[in-house]
Order: sequence, then C-alpha cells, then structure tokens
Amino acid sequence: MSVVSLKDVHKEFGKGGVIALQGIELEIGEREFVSLIGPSGCGKSTLLRIVGDLIQPTSGKVVVNGKSARQAREDRDYGIVFQDAVLFDWRTVAKNISLPLEMLGWDRRRRGERVKELLRLVELDGFESHHPWQLSGGMQQRVSIARALSFSPPLLLMDEPFGALDEMTRERLNIELLRIWDALGSTIVFVTHSISEAVFLSTRVVVMSPRPGQITGVVDIDLPQPRTAETREQPRFFELVADVRHRLRGLGDELDETELIVAEEGL
Amino acid sequence: MASVAVERPSRFGIAWRPLLQRAGLTVAVFGGLWAFWEAFKWVGETTGLKLGQFTVNDRTLPHLHDIIGQLFEPSRRNGPLLIEVLWDAALFTAKEAAVGFFLGASIGFALAVILAHSRLLQRGFLPYIVASQTVPILAIAPMVVIWLGGRGLPDWLSVSVIAAYLTFFPVTINTLRGLESADPRALELMRSYAANRWRILWKLRVPASLPFLFAALKVSATACIVGAIIGELPASIQSGLGGAILNFNQYYASSPPSLWATNLVAAALGITFFLAVVLAEKLVVRRAPENVA
Repeated sequence: MSVVSLKDVHKEFGKGGVIALQGIELEIGEREFVSLIGPSGCGKSTLLRIVGDLIQPTSGKVVVNGKSARQAREDRDYGIVFQDAVLFDWRTVAKNISLPLEMLGWDRRRRGERVKELLRLVELDGFESHHPWQLSGGMQQRVSIARALSFSPPLLLMDEPFGALDEMTRERLNIELLRIWDALGSTIVFVTHSISEAVFLSTRVVVMSPRPGQITGVVDIDLPQPRTAETREQPRFFELVADVRHRLRGLGDELDETELIVAEEGL
Repeated sequence: MASVAVERPSRFGIAWRPLLQRAGLTVAVFGGLWAFWEAFKWVGETTGLKLGQFTVNDRTLPHLHDIIGQLFEPSRRNGPLLIEVLWDAALFTAKEAAVGFFLGASIGFALAVILAHSRLLQRGFLPYIVASQTVPILAIAPMVVIWLGGRGLPDWLSVSVIAAYLTFFPVTINTLRGLESADPRALELMRSYAANRWRILWKLRVPASLPFLFAALKVSATACIVGAIIGELPASIQSGLGGAILNFNQYYASSPPSLWATNLVAAALGITFFLAVVLAEKLVVRRAPENVA
C-alpha cells in the first residue's frame, strides 16, 4: 500500500492566479525516502504542505496512509520538520520535544521516558534543560527532528530541514538522519534544493520544474545501503548527481563529462 | 533565531557588582535631582524669578529636606506622625489599586483573547474600546460610584472599578498584538498535531504574548494607582491617598510640605507596583534574550 498517493493534483493561488502545481502524480511506498528537488517556485514546499493537509489542493486526490490527508493529519500520521527549527523558546529542550506528546495526553512519566530515548537518538543527552537559544543551529534542528519523531509517526515530512546549516553540519546530520530512518523504519518525504543531498539520502529523487510547478522526472537512486561518508565518493554517486542535474536543466539523460566534475558541489 | 550558545547566570544567582553599580547610579541620580531642585529654588529666590504668576518661595517650592522632614512630624496636634498616616492611606489605596489592577488585567486579557479569535468582533468592538479611553476618568468616576453605591458592596470597590477602567486598555491592545505575534510556522506545527483552538491558545499564542502582556502591565501598574487616587474623590473616601491629597490641599497655606510629602508617597506606591510587575516578569517569562520586551 502506498503511504502517499497523489492523483492529478493542482494548486492555484488566488482565483485565476499563479498555478503553483499542475497534474502532480506520485506514489510513495512504505519505507521509501523520497526527495522533492527543484528551483525555488517549483511548488515543492507547497506539495509537502498539501500532503500534510496544511493547505488544500485546488483539485486532485490526496491519499495518505489510505485515508484523506485531513483524516491522516487528525490521526497524527505524520511529523513535520521545517527549515528553521521552530522551537518554542519559552520551553526547554525536553519540553519542546514532548509538546506533541502533551497533545496526545501522555502522562508526565511516560513523556519523560520517551524524551530520554529521543535525546539519545539525536545525540543530545544532557541538554534536556537547556533553552533553544542556548543551542547551535544544528542542535536546534536535531531537537526539532526529535520532536517530529516523538510520537512515532509512520510518515516524516521535511521541508529543507538542513537548508540553513553549514555544509559540515549538514553532511553530519544527513548521515544521522539515515541512521534514524533505518532504525525507525518510517517513510520520509524530503524537500531540498541541494542535488548532492537529495542523491545521498534518497531511494528516489523527484525532479520538479517551476511555472507551472510539475514533476519532470523521477530518478531511482540505486546506491547501496547503508550509506556512509564514502558513498559520496563513489562513481555511481557522481553519475546520479549528474543525472538529476541534467533533468533539472531539462537536458534529458545525456551525460557530459565536464558536468560530472562540478556536480558534487550541489546546485 | 540566533544560534549562539549563551551562558546565563542562574535564575536566583546574585551578581553583586552590577547590583552595586545600579545602587550607586540610583543614589547619584537622586542626589543630582535634589541638587537641581535646591539650585533652582536658590536662584529663583535670590533673583526674584517670576514665571507668570509663579514665584519661587517656601510656599510654592519647599525645601526637599523640609518635605522629607515633614513625614516625621505629627500630622496634627498630639496626632500620629505624618508618615504613619500616609502609610495607612497608602495601604488602603494599594488595596483598591491592586484589586482594580487584577480586575482590569483579567478583563483586558479576556477581551484580547476574544478579539484575537474573530476579525469581525475586532473590527466591531475595537473602536469602542479605544473610545472608552477618550472619556475623561473624572466624568466616568462619579457614575461608577452611583451605579455601584448602595448595593451592599464596600465603598472602595467602586474605586477599584475605576482603577480597572484605566488598567484594562493597555492590556487589551498589547495582548491582542502579542497573541497575533505567534510564528506562522509554529501555527502550522500545531495544526499538524491536530491541536484545537484552545490548545493553540494556551500552548502557543499565550506564551508568545507574554512579553507584550508584561509591557502593558508595566503601564497599567502606575495607571491603576492614578485611577484609584482619582476614584477616591467622587466616592468621598477619606482613608486613602486621594483623601489625604484633598485634605492637605485645603491646608496647603499653613503647611505646604504635607501635600508634597503625600505626592512623594503616592509616587513611591506607583514605583512599588511597577517593580512588582518587573519581578513577576522575571519569574514568569522565559524567552530568548532578543524576544524580551
């Protein structure tokens, strides 16, 4: 069964206004890691929000976990992570992570135990009573990931979660995210504008183009699991990066040797 | 959000150096004001300075040390010291003002919460809330006294209502702004948890509004004292600072420092209320340094 199923999804902002998405067809299966990539304005964040029922499509069918997007949201079937950590700065790290659990009515003891597990998972043990502003950007984002994972949703929606971080932190968090994905067995939909990040993380990369936002290609990433820092140095990695890059430029599948060398730097 | 790791002193840890510096500054400012007062008086008296009808002498501008000295004189023949009389009056007014403050702050907060949930109500009611503050308190006060009088309520309660009338307005306006200041992505986050309005209000909007609320409470802390003092006049209440001001106003010719001393006590009461709000803010509001108003 698909975790996410999109059929002919359109989104128009304002009457007769900008067409943000057009004819989106996408099936995402269990345990997949799918990246949406494209230049700004291609509607990738809009698409993510439609899956999360944070905005409604103008037309088309959205099924999440076998139900309507709305029902899935009300059943808390997904966790979401934004580009900024969006932590509540009046809450400590522990209380930020347990916010969704409070909504679910978990008692204090159970919440405390779960927070301990999650802090270990995102390697932030000992920081539970810090406030967000006392943490670095990378640590804040890890708190935000722990919060999204706290209630073990089957689906994780991530909107450029590492976009505001420096390259070193980003690569480290990429590997951590894969470890978490492997450990939890959840499905991840990941929005990014970094080609190398998309290729490194994903089982499939969905390439989108702007005005109107549509899917122009899907690249299966057949790199072996588990992926490590060395994965980024394999020839197959460069080939896939180049493939995605060409599709982004609307060049089809032909490969150009000179492009392969610069491909690693991302878009 | 700044991503800088900041070491903060523990909540109750006392840093002595800055405390001493502040005490020193307070003394210096007070001394400076005293010197200015006395210098102005001296220049005015020796040059016979006239500002319209205003001439400087011991009647119009008593010595500061005479004003403070008056506090420790008997308030009337064989009576208690003035400071004892004013202490009791200040406590009485403080009670009226405090009840008014909590009443006004609660009403102001509740109004803000209601208005924050409906654009329509906001458009409809906000103009009247603004208009309520353009009516002079002196016109409202006697009506409140008449409405609430003779209903078995204590007299001073109508004074509290008048104080509340001045308190609620800044609280409503600022809290409304604060409730609407929540990060839109934080709202999306709450929506992703299928949180209802009530949850969003208490877990997100209200905490986000606290710095705004406390900015308003600081304004209201002093406004409610003014409201209480003015409210005592039409309510014919003698036991508070308003009564004392009216009383010493009548005897101004014979003892100018008494009225000045009363004003000094009223000011001290206002500062006390203000500092109480500042202390409450320090205990309640836990925000990133850049988000504290």
